[in-house]
Amino acid sequence: MKKENKFFKYLSLFPISFYVIVLILLPLIYIFCLSFLTSDYYGGINYSLTLSNYLNLVDLVYIKLFIKSFLIALVSTFICICIAYPFVIFVSQKKKIVKNIIMTLVMVPFLTNSLIRTYGWIVLLRKTGIVNTFLEDLNVISSPISFIYNDFGIILGMVYTLLPFMILPLFSAVDKIDKSVIEASYDLGSTSFKTFFNIIVPQTKVGLFNGSLMVFIPAIGYFFIADLLGGGKLMLIGNLIKNQFLSARNWPFGAAVSISLVLITFGLVKIYQKIGGKMDDLGGF
Amino acid sequence: MDTVVVKLVNVSKNYKDKTIIKDFNLEVYEKEFLTILGPSGCGKTTILRMISGLEHVSGGNILLDGVDVTNVIASKREVNTIFQNFALFSHMNVEDNIAFGLKMKKVDKEKIKVEVEKMLDLVKLKGYNKKYPNQLSGGEQQRVAIARGLINSPKVLLLDEPLSSLDYKLKKEMQVELKRLQKKLGITFIYVTHNQEEALSMSDRILILDKQKKQQLGKPMDIYNNPNNKFVADFIGESNIFRAKVVKIVDKYAYVEIDFAKKIRIINKDYKINDDIYIMIRPENITIGNYLKENSIEVKVKEVIYNGSVSRVIALFGNKEIKINVKNSDKVNLKEDITISFNTKNICSFVK
Repeated sequence: MKKENKFFKYLSLFPISFYVIVLILLPLIYIFCLSFLTSDYYGGINYSLTLSNYLNLVDLVYIKLFIKSFLIALVSTFICICIAYPFVIFVSQKKKIVKNIIMTLVMVPFLTNSLIRTYGWIVLLRKTGIVNTFLEDLNVISSPISFIYNDFGIILGMVYTLLPFMILPLFSAVDKIDKSVIEASYDLGSTSFKTFFNIIVPQTKVGLFNGSLMVFIPAIGYFFIADLLGGGKLMLIGNLIKNQFLSARNWPFGAAVSISLVLITFGLVKIYQKIGGKMDDLGGF
Repeated sequence: MDTVVVKLVNVSKNYKDKTIIKDFNLEVYEKEFLTILGPSGCGKTTILRMISGLEHVSGGNILLDGVDVTNVIASKREVNTIFQNFALFSHMNVEDNIAFGLKMKKVDKEKIKVEVEKMLDLVKLKGYNKKYPNQLSGGEQQRVAIARGLINSPKVLLLDEPLSSLDYKLKKEMQVELKRLQKKLGITFIYVTHNQEEALSMSDRILILDKQKKQQLGKPMDIYNNPNNKFVADFIGESNIFRAKVVKIVDKYAYVEIDFAKKIRIINKDYKINDDIYIMIRPENITIGNYLKENSIEVKVKEVIYNGSVSRVIALFGNKEIKINVKNSDKVNLKEDITISFNTKNICSFVK
């Protein structure tokens, strides 16, 4: 009896163990080892140990790149917060069925490939795109506005792609607040503005940080958005890693950048735990 | 006792096409403990929420201290509410919870500190400053909620079934506590409940509400002894209610006939011969034995329940069960036929 139980336990754990070990852990170990090796001229790998990949990172060019990536991710996260809060507060006051419909609609874009959706923005916003043509025809503007192929384009793309990851955890947090707690705040003389900052934000801080993490981390790594909407001339960390592996063929250096990014991400998750977030909340809504 | 603090004039409330309250009038006096009592769905919480400003009125006016506040938002009204589930701010400690109202008013920090200490003392929670709501028992949370509501020194404190989530013993304790606080502070309390025991033990006046309508408003004793109608008689305390027909009127008395042509003498309230009315007798006003000829009926004992100081006898009058309270149940035997009687002055009567 006992043996049978154990067998089923291991059997049911097998798929997820396989997934984690073979598809996540082993590649990560591989990348980690790779980051201490040297590359040869033809894109191959020399099996001689070195720290130079990490030392090369301490260069003004790369530091600037890291800072810029972080700034863009930070601004995107902040804009997502500014959009998501009013939205989820509005939705949480609706009836249950309306709530479910709206939250399903939030997830509908996931059904389309995000690459294709990003191309959609190009069609809309390029110099000869729909928006510019329309504004010109109305004589609102005399020459087309550069919406894309700049920082604005990248941030727009990030916010658009990642907004649902902010809305979902934030909604589940805001929706859990007891309505009478908000009413108590008004009853005690608080304005809507003060209620938001004194009651709603503190009571949803875990959801807020959770959402921020889920926007911020991908925003550092989403190279295709920078590629498409940044016009290829503006690099983020994600693009750097991609280039090292695919064009420059300097795998060890690309690996070192990746590992640095993983470490920074770990640091952020640690902060999340420190402010009282539970790891479970990061996964499920 | 005569200054009116809260006045509701023809207040109505509709939800979509459903009427919750219609043309409701009420005057609440200074330093009064008024209870709005009624079964769930009678509109009592809606009335409270309209006074607090958390619910808009569909028609009519609400006056607070003589000033029309109908269109004043909740945060600007000098009333505070104690919510059914306490609605404490779970991310703030006791001190910050209580201080919230004063912080919103931008009172200076030193003064807030003094006031918070005063409140903690008042609700007997000294030293609880730094605890969080989830570290407190239900009764303690309740006290924090009360302190938080009282610190703004509101003109009226509204309490929405505040004791319903507490256990029986705590409920009793808090009833005494609430009454003590109300007397001490001299603040008007409007208390909403469906629990008649709470209403009877704490209130100066009780308003009984049913089916969106005011059924009776008066002192607890008046309501208990002289209910206006069948609903109030049935809802407050325990009662034996009979259908009756007026058959004879003599001076200030009326004679009515209940089942089996039994004649009962009651006090006449402008009844006419052949009027269909109800009469009601409380279980404690029934005596076993035949010492009043006109007000006695024959019944058969069905059950005797020993209850400590008072025992309950359930007797059958035809098919109808009659509840009787007796001090000494030894003399009553099961299945025995007995005669019970009641005094004319203890019989209530009403038309519907």
